[in-house]
Amino acid sequence: MDFSIAVLLAQDGVTNGAIYALLSLALVLVFAVTRVIFVPAGEFVTYGTLTLASLQLGKSPGTVGLLVGLAGLAGAMEVYAAARERTWHRLPRRLAIYLLVPLSIAALVHLLAPLTLALPLQILLSVAMVTALGPLLYRVAYQPLAEASVLVLLIVSVAVHLAMLGLGLWYFGAEGSRTPAFTSASYRVGDVQISGQSLLVLLFSLLVIAALYVFFGRTLYGKALRATALNRVGARLVGISPGLAGSLTFTLAASLCAFSGVLIGPITTVYYDSGFLVSLKGFVGAIIGGMSSYPMAAAGAFLVGLLESYSSFWASAFKEVIVFTLIIPVLLWRSLTTHHHEEEE
Amino acid sequence: MRRAVLLVFIAALLAAPAAAPAFWITLLNYVGLYSIVALGLVLLTGVAGQTSFGQAAFVGLGAYTTAYLSLNYPAVSPWLNLVVGMAITGFVALAIGFITLRMKGHYLPLATIAWGISIFYVFGNLDFLGGHTGMSGIASLSVFGWELRSERHIYYLIWLIVMASLWTTNNLLDSRPGRAVRALKGGLEMAEAFGVDAGRLKIVVFIYAALLACISGWLYAHLQRFVNPTPFGINQGIEYLFMAVVGGAGSVWGAVVGATLITLLKQLLQSWLPHLLGREGNFEVVVFGILMILLLQRTRDGVWPWLSRLLPGAAPRAVSAAAALPGRARPHGMAPLLVVERARKEFGGLVAVDELSFEIRGGEILGLIGPNGAGKTTMFNLISGALPLSGGSITLSGRQIGGREPFQIAELGIGRTFQHVKLVAGMSVLDNVALGAYLRGHAGVTRAALRLDRREEARVRAEAAAQIARVGLADSLHATARSLPLGRQRIVEIARALAADPLLLLLDEPAAGLRFLEKEQLAALLRSLREKGMTILLVEHDMDFVMGLTDRLVVMDFGQKLAEGRPADIQRNPVVLEAYLGAV
Repeated sequence: MDFSIAVLLAQDGVTNGAIYALLSLALVLVFAVTRVIFVPAGEFVTYGTLTLASLQLGKSPGTVGLLVGLAGLAGAMEVYAAARERTWHRLPRRLAIYLLVPLSIAALVHLLAPLTLALPLQILLSVAMVTALGPLLYRVAYQPLAEASVLVLLIVSVAVHLAMLGLGLWYFGAEGSRTPAFTSASYRVGDVQISGQSLLVLLFSLLVIAALYVFFGRTLYGKALRATALNRVGARLVGISPGLAGSLTFTLAASLCAFSGVLIGPITTVYYDSGFLVSLKGFVGAIIGGMSSYPMAAAGAFLVGLLESYSSFWASAFKEVIVFTLIIPVLLWRSLTTHHHEEEE
Repeated sequence: MRRAVLLVFIAALLAAPAAAPAFWITLLNYVGLYSIVALGLVLLTGVAGQTSFGQAAFVGLGAYTTAYLSLNYPAVSPWLNLVVGMAITGFVALAIGFITLRMKGHYLPLATIAWGISIFYVFGNLDFLGGHTGMSGIASLSVFGWELRSERHIYYLIWLIVMASLWTTNNLLDSRPGRAVRALKGGLEMAEAFGVDAGRLKIVVFIYAALLACISGWLYAHLQRFVNPTPFGINQGIEYLFMAVVGGAGSVWGAVVGATLITLLKQLLQSWLPHLLGREGNFEVVVFGILMILLLQRTRDGVWPWLSRLLPGAAPRAVSAAAALPGRARPHGMAPLLVVERARKEFGGLVAVDELSFEIRGGEILGLIGPNGAGKTTMFNLISGALPLSGGSITLSGRQIGGREPFQIAELGIGRTFQHVKLVAGMSVLDNVALGAYLRGHAGVTRAALRLDRREEARVRAEAAAQIARVGLADSLHATARSLPLGRQRIVEIARALAADPLLLLLDEPAAGLRFLEKEQLAALLRSLREKGMTILLVEHDMDFVMGLTDRLVVMDFGQKLAEGRPADIQRNPVVLEAYLGAV
C-alpha cells in the first residue's frame, strides 16, 4: 500500500464514519431516553435512500402507504385511549400530531412525486417522509410497552426490524438503488484527490451534530429530553410526558437515520436489506461510547469507518467480521473496568 | 393426571413415523431440532433473564464441526465429533459470556448479534469449510451399529434427545443451582446475599444453552447430510428467540410449543403468502414481526401458561424426612461477634458514614437507629457487602469483611433480609426458603441435571421446611411466596435468612409497612430466636418496636455515632432527643 492508496482509504473511511456517526448518535439518544435498543435504525436508513431513489424516478414511494397506515393506527389508538381514560380534551392535539401531520406529509410526497423536483427538494421530501415514520412507530409499537424491561423492548425492536425489512422488500423490490452524487467536483491537494462528495458528507454530518448540540444545550425540548434520559421518574414529576419525550426522540432519531440514508445513497448501492449491517456498525460505535456518551460514540463510529475501509483493502471477504470483532476488545475493556454490581432493572 | 398427558404425548411421538406421511416427518424432525435450541433460550431468557440472538451460530458450530471432521476423517465416529463440537462451543460461549455477562443485560444480546453475523461470514468465506456453497456428503449416524439412513430413523434419535434435554432442564430448574438461576432474574442483590456467584452462574447457563444448540446442529448436519452458512445466520438466531418467547419462556414446554407453532406458521405463510400477494419474497417476516409485537404488548408469557391451564395442576411434592444439614460452629458467650472499627463511606463529597465504631455481642439484639438520612442503610450495606468500604474495618468473629463480595460475606455467616421484600416470583415459600440454604449444599449443574442430587436436595428441603415451621408459616409451605400478605412475606425472608444458618442476622427495617398485630408477632419471633442464641442487628425506624425488643441501641446522625446504650437510657439521652425532635 502506498501513500496515495492509504489516503484514499482514509478518505473513504472518514466519509463512511461520518455517516455511521449520525447513526451512533441516534442509537445512543434513543437508548438514553427510552431504553429502546433501536435495531430498526437500519431500515430507516434504507427507507431514506430508497424513498429518494423512487422520487428520482418520479414515482410515489411505497412508504407513503406505510405512513398512511401507521398514522391511521396511531390515530385509532389515541381515540381509544381518550375514550378509555376520558381525556377527550387532549385528543385534538394528539390527532394533529399523529394523524394530521403525517397524512399531510404523505399527501405532499404523493402529489409532488411525479414532478421530479430538484434534488435538494427531493432530499427534503424523503427525509420528511421517513422522519414522520419515527414517532408513529414509537406510538404504535413501543409506547404501550414503555415500562417493560430493556430485554422486552429489545425483542420488540428486533420484531420491528423484521417487519420493516419485509415491508421494504414489498415497497422497493429486491433490486438495489443508487442515488446521484450531490456534486461531481473534486479537488487536488498535492498528490491526493479529494472528492467534493466526501467533503459534503463530512460537512453535512458535522452540521447535523452541531445542530443537535444546540438543540440539547439551548432549547426547552432538548433539555426536557436530557432530563428524561437522566431520570425518567423525576422528569415525569416535573411535567415532561414520557410519551411526548419518546415521540420526540424517535422523530430526531428517524431524521438522523434518514439523513444517513440520503448521504450513503451516492456512495454504495442500497438494497432493501442493507440497513441491518449499516445499523450494526452504528451500534459498534455506540457500544464504544458505552451506549451513553455522544462524543465517544461519534468517535467510535469514525473508528469503525476507518477500520472497515482498511480491512476491505487487506481482507475484503472478512471486513464485516473484522468490524464486528472490534466490539470484543471494547466490551472486554468495559467489562473489566465497570463494577459488576450494576443492578438489572 | 399430568403424567398421563405426558404419556399420551410420548405415545403419539412414538407412533408418528408409522402413520404420518414423509412431509410431516420432515416437519417434526425440524420441530425437534428447533425445540432443543429454544429450550436453551427458555433457561437463558425466561428463567435467567439474559438473552442471545446468536444461538443459530452455536448450531452452526456443532453442524460445521461434525461436517468437517466426518468428511476429512471418515474413520472417526460422528459421536466423537459431537464431543469435539461441544468442546469448541463451550469454549466460545465461555469467552463471550465472560466478556459480556459481567455487565448490564443488554450487552450480551448485542454481542451475540455481532457474533451471529460474524460466524456467518466466516463460514461463507473459509475455503476449507466449503465457502458459501457449503459441504455435502456427510455420513449418516449409527446407533449401536444401526445406521440412521432415512428421516424416519433419525426421527427417533432427535426426539429422544429432545425428551432427554427436557428432562435434564426440568431437573435443573428444580434443584439447588436451578433456584439460584431463577433468583437471578429478580436482581442480583438477593441471590448474591445468599452466596450465589451470579457472574459465574450466568456464564454457566449461557454455556448450557449454547451446548444444547450445538447438539441440535450436530443432529442437523447428519439429518441433512449437507451444510451451508444460510441456516446459521442472524435471522435464524432471531427466529429461535421468537420460538422461546411465543411458546412461553417461563417453562420448558414453552420451547416445544413455540418451535411447533413457529415452524407450522412459517410453513403455512410460505405456501400461502405468495398466492395472496402475487409476489415471491421473504414476506412471512412481516407477519412474524407484527405478531411478536402484538404478543409482547398483550402477554409477555407466551402461549404455554394458557395451554397449561387446560391441564390438571400438579400436586406439590411432599417434604420427606432427611438427615439434618451440617451446621456452623458457633462461638459461645457474649464475646463480640461483629466489630465495626472507624468505618467510613464516601459518595463523592458526601460522607454518609463517618468513622463509625461499634460492636455486636453474641446472642444480643442490637438496634441501629437514627433520623432519616443518618446513614443507617449505608452502614447496613457496608456490613452486607452491598457497598464497598471507603475506610476502616469490619470483622466477623475476627475475620475481615471489608473488600469482600456479598456472596463471600454470606459464606462467613451473615444472613440478611431486605427493606423491599425480595422473594422470587413464581416460586413457592419452600423453594424461596431453600434458596437461603444455597451455601449448605454442593450440587452443581451437571449433578442436578442428571438427578444425582436427590439425597442432598431432600436434606435442603427438610431444613427449609423446618425453618418455615420455626417462624410459624408451616401452613403456607407450598403457597406461592408472592401471594402472601406483606407481613408474612417478611417472615418468609427471615426464614430464608435462617436457612443459611447464619451467625449474625441482619434485618433491614423489618417492621416497615406491618400492622400492629404483625409487629407483635415479629417481635415475639425475634425474641424466641435470641433465646436460641441468635445474634441480630436491626435497622429500624419504628421506635416502639425497637425500644421493646432490643438489648442495646446505636444511634446515628449525619453518619456519626450519637449515642450507644440500653433503650431506656437512650430514651432519656438529651442529645438523642434533640436529634429527633429538635431543641427541647
